[in-house]
Amino acid sequence: MKITIASGKGGTGKTTVSSNLTSYLASLKKQIVLVDLDVEEPNSALFLNTKLVHSKVSNKMIPQWDATDCTLCGRCEEVCNFNAILQLPEEIRVFPELCHSCYACSELCPTSSLPMVPTQIGIINEYKNELFSMVEGRLDLGQEMAIPLIAQTIEYADEKFPDYMKIYDAPPGTSCPVIEASRYSDFVILITEATPFGLNDLTLAVETMKVLNQKVGVIINRYGIGDDGVEKYCQAENIPIITKIQNDKEVAKLYSNGELIYDKIEHFKNSLDEIIAFIGGLK
Amino acid sequence: MKIVFTTKGEIWESPMDPRFARAEMFLVYDEEADKLTIIDNSATESMEHGVGGQSSKKMITAGANVVITGNGAGEKALKILKTTGIEFYTGAGEMSVKEAYEAYKQNRLQKQF
Repeated sequence: MKITIASGKGGTGKTTVSSNLTSYLASLKKQIVLVDLDVEEPNSALFLNTKLVHSKVSNKMIPQWDATDCTLCGRCEEVCNFNAILQLPEEIRVFPELCHSCYACSELCPTSSLPMVPTQIGIINEYKNELFSMVEGRLDLGQEMAIPLIAQTIEYADEKFPDYMKIYDAPPGTSCPVIEASRYSDFVILITEATPFGLNDLTLAVETMKVLNQKVGVIINRYGIGDDGVEKYCQAENIPIITKIQNDKEVAKLYSNGELIYDKIEHFKNSLDEIIAFIGGLK
Repeated sequence: MKIVFTTKGEIWESPMDPRFARAEMFLVYDEEADKLTIIDNSATESMEHGVGGQSSKKMITAGANVVITGNGAGEKALKILKTTGIEFYTGAGEMSVKEAYEAYKQNRLQKQF
């Protein structure tokens, strides 16, 4: 089973819940892998006392201009949907960070002047602690294209841990990286907080998941602040509220110290139990 | 000498657009012919990425010697334009086109490259 932990709004608790949930399930002898897909800012490893066991370079294919036979016809720029290629008076300029590796320019170039070559966009790290393994994608500085790395990180975890349950810690927002981190899962858990901001971004996230035909459930974090807008919305939309995690300064303190929470705070553990019961009922 | 202004209008009295690549339009002033021509740039509004390259190409195609704008060229535009010999002047974002031209003539703008 693959579960994505996502949210519209940032800072609602994706990493808190995914790292604690994975640790808790692993302590209950579940075969489980945590996959950190927040490749622009992966930080799950900070909380888990892990050791790095393997690193792999992540490449994407980009066109590289070969001037030899090029006639500067401009077909490459014309067919590029992403403005990654510019036909200048005396040369063809490629912007690797904009390239989506679609091969259109390379395939349609009449003089084969744009062969595709691999270029590094990030690394995939595999970590381990005494209970379980985790995999993270880490995008290189200056890279703009998270999707290929997210896809490769998912693939790496699938190949290395074929029969394990997977928890995907998704990036915030509702754009392409979130979609990539959600489309292959069996279920998407959206974490929000009961504030107007939380509700606004939750609504966007729910709409996104509808387009993907993904089933969703909601966790309300920092329950006790804000208003009842999120609860009313979930009722109206028929979205299950999996658990409500109480607003508690101690949780924030532990998180800030890079510590796990479920083994120290009872109500947080109870919330994880509710999540586990809910996941168990999904099968 | 051809001077390109990033603008929000088609005449000398129009306000400058402080943005380069996503400027509403470019006004090209041909000093020898004393003539203003318009380059439409509205298509960049719906483009998510890569406008720096596209707008830079417009400067090259227009035969610009000087570009006068507000905030300056971004990273991708810089990569292209730095090797072309086109000069970039910034700090004219809050002026009218006419004021920007005068400021350029009086050396009151910052040279980006």
